[in-house]
Amino acid sequence: MIDLTGIELIVIGGSAGGIKAITEVLKPLPKDFPVPIVIVLHRLKNVPSTLQSVIQYHTLLLVKEADEKETIKPRCAYIAPANYHLLIEKDKTFALDYSEVVKYSRPSIDITFECVANVYGNKALGILLTGANSDGASGLLLMKLKGAKCYAQDPKSAEVSTMPQSAIDIGATDELIALNRIGLLLKQAALKIS
Amino acid sequence: MAEAERYVIGEVEVERIIEVIFNKRGIDFSGYSRASFSRRIQRITDRDSNGDFEIIVQRVSEDKLYFDQFLKEVTVNVTEMFRDPSFFLAIRKKVLPELGHHHKIRLWHAACSTGEEVYSMATLLHESNLLERSVIYGTDLNSDVLKKAKNGVYSAKNIREYTTNYQRSGGSGNFSDYYQAAYGNAVFKEFFRKNMVFSEHNLVTDGSFNEFNLIMCRNVLIYFQKPLQSRVIRIFKESLAPGGFLCLGSKESLMFADDHDAFEEVDATQKIYRKKLVV
Repeated sequence: MIDLTGIELIVIGGSAGGIKAITEVLKPLPKDFPVPIVIVLHRLKNVPSTLQSVIQYHTLLLVKEADEKETIKPRCAYIAPANYHLLIEKDKTFALDYSEVVKYSRPSIDITFECVANVYGNKALGILLTGANSDGASGLLLMKLKGAKCYAQDPKSAEVSTMPQSAIDIGATDELIALNRIGLLLKQAALKIS
Repeated sequence: MAEAERYVIGEVEVERIIEVIFNKRGIDFSGYSRASFSRRIQRITDRDSNGDFEIIVQRVSEDKLYFDQFLKEVTVNVTEMFRDPSFFLAIRKKVLPELGHHHKIRLWHAACSTGEEVYSMATLLHESNLLERSVIYGTDLNSDVLKKAKNGVYSAKNIREYTTNYQRSGGSGNFSDYYQAAYGNAVFKEFFRKNMVFSEHNLVTDGSFNEFNLIMCRNVLIYFQKPLQSRVIRIFKESLAPGGFLCLGSKESLMFADDHDAFEEVDATQKIYRKKLVV
């Protein structure tokens, strides 16, 4: 069960199979979904990207790439741009960073999750989706240690189970949710707080 | 738990190290964005002192040799050749024909790090027959990375990716004609370096030093807070000839700069601007 009481930010990470998974999560959400969502997917670099429009096609919620120094606002799903790490400043604005890859990845899910942990503490909710490496697991654990609510896609429902399983293995998750339930539960939880 | 203990760098530590660096070493990081800077300090602390921040403070204060290493790590020096090939394609199509009108072409790569973009640009100029009459300045606050830029020796393991990027950027030649392979490295040929000048310059404290037809400064402003971004754009404005081009990173903009009115867009997506003829 997902409870959004007191939650100021939702952060979602994914890799292999992640685009399909994230569209499924966002599909049921209304355009006035009250909690900002930050999405970090491993993606191709150095090619023109259509990820924003691909995801936007499937949801009423506004989808945009995060810009540097942009203030994080509700009723929007932000995607980490290709070939940058997505960081968050104390004043809840985005920062971009083109530093070394972490776990072969830029954007790194771990880095964004760590920032969310440090800035939002127990007012955050994290979800780790399908993926073929362990990026995101240690970031999710830090979120959990700071009091955030932490979920993983049930590996049984994942296209590639390595990523959610890594989070489970280190004890970073409170609960597992099947992919086709995540969006629905978020939608219901939003109704309760509005 | 080990994972949580890794995070010893908070706001207090970041402000303290910035003060120590300024007082002892005269380099000002106060205008840097904190989230990224804080990660750099954390990374250095993990690596050099096993998480003991006090040791880092002490070594930065007392050990000049250590500080030189520290300086190289605290700023981000990651770069690649032909990053965002579509940007370089736009340079070929929209900018080089304009630059070709000049008898002498002066270009400035500000905060060029190890120089990969300097060589990328030199490749484009060469293929447009403009390199001979160009002078390319590469500057950085860090002398070590400039040495690497001056040598033009890059790891061969990245060359395959750079070759793909080169081709996507509209390169029709044989990229391998431009370097010699040696001991796991690609050594860029001497003719590139003939018209390159590398020197130390800190965008935080130094000013304009010449007049340029093009300034490239990609993925540097992202590390700066708004007032510092504005200061840097002013330096660029003062350093550009009328009609001179300014190239920023794909997620950067002039939005936070006081002088944004002095520029017009050439290619909004590729972040190519041009200083207005009359400012």
